[in-house]
Amino acid sequence: MRFLALLLALAAAPALSQPVKIGELNSYKVFAVFLEPYKKGMELALEEINAGGGVNGRKLELIVRDDGGTPGDAVRVAEELIARDRVNVLMGTFASNVGLAVANLAAQRKILFLASEPLTDKIVWENGNRYTFRLRPSTYMQTAMLIPEAAKLQKKRWAIVYPNYEYGQSATASFKRLLTQAQPGVEFVAEQAPALGKIEAGAVVQALAEAKPDAIFSSLFAADLQKFVREGNTRGLFKNTPVFNLLAGEPEYLDPLKDETPDGWWVTGYPWSEINTPEHKRFRDAYQKRWKDYPRQGSVVGYTAVYSVANAIRKAKSADTEKLVEALKGLEMQTPFGPIVWRALDHQSTMGAYVGQLAQRDGKGAMVNWRYADGARVQPSDQDIRARRKE
Amino acid sequence: MSAAALLLQFLNGLAAASSLFLVASGLSLIFGVSRIVNFAHGSLYMLGMYLAVWLSAKVGFWLSVPLAAAAVGAFGLLVEFLLLRRLYRAPELLQLLATFALVLVIKDFALWAWGAEDLLGPRAPGLRDAIEIAGRQFPKYDLFLIMLGPAVFALLHFLLTRTRFGILIRAATEDREMAGALGVNQRWLFTAVFALGALLAGLGGALAIPREPANLEIDLSVVSDAFVIVVVGGLGSIPGAFLAALLIGEIKAFCIGLGYSKITLVAEFIVMAVVLVLRPWGLLGRAGAEPRGATAVPFTLESKKLMLAVVAALALVPVFSGGYVLVLLTDVLVFALFAVSLHFLLGPGGMVSFGHAAYFGLGAYGAALLVLRAGLPMEIALLLAPLAALAGAALFGWFCVRLSGIYLAMLTLAFAQIVWSIAFQWDTVTGGSNGLVGVWPASWLGSRAAYYLATLSLCALAVGAVWRVVGSPFGHALRASRDSPLRAEAIGIDVRAQQWTAFIIAGAFAGLAGSLYAFSKGSISPETLSVPRSVDGLVMVLLGGVQTLTGPVWGAALFTWLEDSVSRDVAYWRAAIGAVVLLLVLAFPIGIAGAAGKWRSR
Repeated sequence: MRFLALLLALAAAPALSQPVKIGELNSYKVFAVFLEPYKKGMELALEEINAGGGVNGRKLELIVRDDGGTPGDAVRVAEELIARDRVNVLMGTFASNVGLAVANLAAQRKILFLASEPLTDKIVWENGNRYTFRLRPSTYMQTAMLIPEAAKLQKKRWAIVYPNYEYGQSATASFKRLLTQAQPGVEFVAEQAPALGKIEAGAVVQALAEAKPDAIFSSLFAADLQKFVREGNTRGLFKNTPVFNLLAGEPEYLDPLKDETPDGWWVTGYPWSEINTPEHKRFRDAYQKRWKDYPRQGSVVGYTAVYSVANAIRKAKSADTEKLVEALKGLEMQTPFGPIVWRALDHQSTMGAYVGQLAQRDGKGAMVNWRYADGARVQPSDQDIRARRKE
Repeated sequence: MSAAALLLQFLNGLAAASSLFLVASGLSLIFGVSRIVNFAHGSLYMLGMYLAVWLSAKVGFWLSVPLAAAAVGAFGLLVEFLLLRRLYRAPELLQLLATFALVLVIKDFALWAWGAEDLLGPRAPGLRDAIEIAGRQFPKYDLFLIMLGPAVFALLHFLLTRTRFGILIRAATEDREMAGALGVNQRWLFTAVFALGALLAGLGGALAIPREPANLEIDLSVVSDAFVIVVVGGLGSIPGAFLAALLIGEIKAFCIGLGYSKITLVAEFIVMAVVLVLRPWGLLGRAGAEPRGATAVPFTLESKKLMLAVVAALALVPVFSGGYVLVLLTDVLVFALFAVSLHFLLGPGGMVSFGHAAYFGLGAYGAALLVLRAGLPMEIALLLAPLAALAGAALFGWFCVRLSGIYLAMLTLAFAQIVWSIAFQWDTVTGGSNGLVGVWPASWLGSRAAYYLATLSLCALAVGAVWRVVGSPFGHALRASRDSPLRAEAIGIDVRAQQWTAFIIAGAFAGLAGSLYAFSKGSISPETLSVPRSVDGLVMVLLGGVQTLTGPVWGAALFTWLEDSVSRDVAYWRAAIGAVVLLLVLAFPIGIAGAAGKWRSR
């Protein structure tokens, strides 16, 4: 009898409306520390949406693929999602070169691509296109978030250290430009650009100290950051020198520092345990209940990315690509970080980040004195953006 | 720089040199004796790091170091005993394939066992803080490392020069066949040396944890550093490795100290290129005895009809499918051409290249730049781009053919890394680390089917041309140069000219593959020039079988299909690919095409 029921159900299935498919590709093995929580965030959002009846009466389906971490493989995987799985939307990617390659493919194949994580400014500016939208605050935006606190210190001599690839280079360029505007006469006395993942921390710390800076700006992360922090702590580089470090407050990069966490650094990040707005509390409780683990920055990005697609489909009342593109432009929605808008101007969401200072609590890293920096307030002028988008 | 700053950077360089030496010495020993190119050496180092972080929480840092080193040594013993031992009779370089598979397996094992988050180890008790030197703070632990490097060096030196075991190692390093003929038990010696090398790698990893976190990216970055040190020093030479570690450690420290930190991206490869051009056997290495009885295979196309049938069948695919199959097959064809061009160098030419991606990437960048910057029509760019690769191959090949064996291979790697770093840093032209986007085919080739058919025709023609060259008088002269350079010289063949020409041909065809690749993806980035791309090519050739003509084609098809299908369905897909490669290596040590040929001729 049960078997018969199953057969009937199977036969009836195609008659029900087809699910809307999101093709998600990401470098799950190469950047596992960020993307494991990201995946959990996506799955939580998916379960919530489908438990609430899906979108426009259709279930939402995620097809998750590993992109191998290289642009060439990612393009192939994206082609497969488009051609074989017939997904309605592409989503994901982590590294900037992979994100740009997939964005370029999306424009060629005319399919919506929601770039959730890549930070490069170019994906919405110089190389921006009609079909590509980006969720996270860009390198430029996160750098701009730190400028008010940096300028307030009125330090004259700045040293800079950054990983030698596009993210570090554009963070450095933006920081110099924005700080010079905010505080004319500031000097940049030393610059160190170690290769990503291969910092010779002792020599770099030594060289920075020799320049006798009043303050330091860094965009190091992951293993490079940990090596830099330990050497700097041992050699006393940070004793009387304030440091500003992009991303260092994200649990993914902060948690490994434990009792090395340097006191007083200004960072962008995500103080997950302290944000008690109703929208964040609801998200955090649901996440902890579902995964028996606390949310990381990646969790919020994955969760919000899925909701962004769902909301766009609701607003468009369709999963048709061109209608989705129009629906996403100007879409307003709620996120764990508060309300955001998908800007029609450059397809960038106004999702922000938290700016605060590092501190140690019971041998663990934490963020204190933090504030939420709204992504809408850290943008260059519309005119600048139009020029960079070549529109 | 003040004198004090100079002194401190000098000390920083010494500390870095000590860590480099620890890991390189083990690699040098292993290569010297068993000729195994151990790609997994960095993975052994990584295992040492993770084990030490894990153990130090239980037994404290100082006890965790010898324990972790011993555990990695024991693991090395097992690997040699269960895996490598079965492969010594296989064609050269097959061990390379096996150790490549180990890299994949160990990486996923570490991810499974210790998770994705970086693990910052404890500071070393007793050496937690800094002491003042010339008014600056210098970590006590770095001073300890500075003393430890020479101590380990002295110990190894004693072992090699004053003990019977060491004498056997040196004999086998100088002339392995002769040592065997004189009754040295090679099996035992190989096992012991591999275990010792693994132990040194594990020790290096364990001692690194107070300075850097255990992380999953460390394996490849360490192994490339270690190879450079070993080759710059001279293979099998421990004093050479020590000297090279000092040289590179100091050069990097002073690049940073003097404000040229960007050069550290390629500093060691520039050093290696310069050293190899000036001293073909490294700083302190000597020309070893060539392994005798190298297998000389004639390379005949097994079945022309079969290949034509394959091409005809491939040409019919678009009739049945217009979707993803074509995308995947386009990748397969491009990589097949890439593998065939590499095989031309490696098989008939007898020249191993670890940097063949340079020519693939030059073709890809050539295509992108011709379209985006020079504004040429896509069709012209596609066909002109291989000239960029050809020019690169002519330049680099001229230097490379002056060397042989592993030194030649490492020089190709050095050049490839230099090209990579230029593409990576020259923002205004190459787009830097992001690369270039918007490299699409002309509209008549825009559909997947049209581009697939264009790729099929060009690849089939190119592969046919390469095979034709193998069978030509030039191909015969090339093989003569490989098998017996002295005799070839004696009958009037200009050996170097043959090899240089082969290098240029291989480079140009790799460039065509790269050019086709660029237009199939719509964008390129420095990844097309990177070491993993070169390694993939080698893996394809070796999987298919070096000693057959069609092997690289089958190897490319198998490897691309494997990556595509396994990564879709298996969570730990890297380990799964590694396991499949290991099984294939053990089952078919002469490659799949080789095995098929043997089976047919029965």
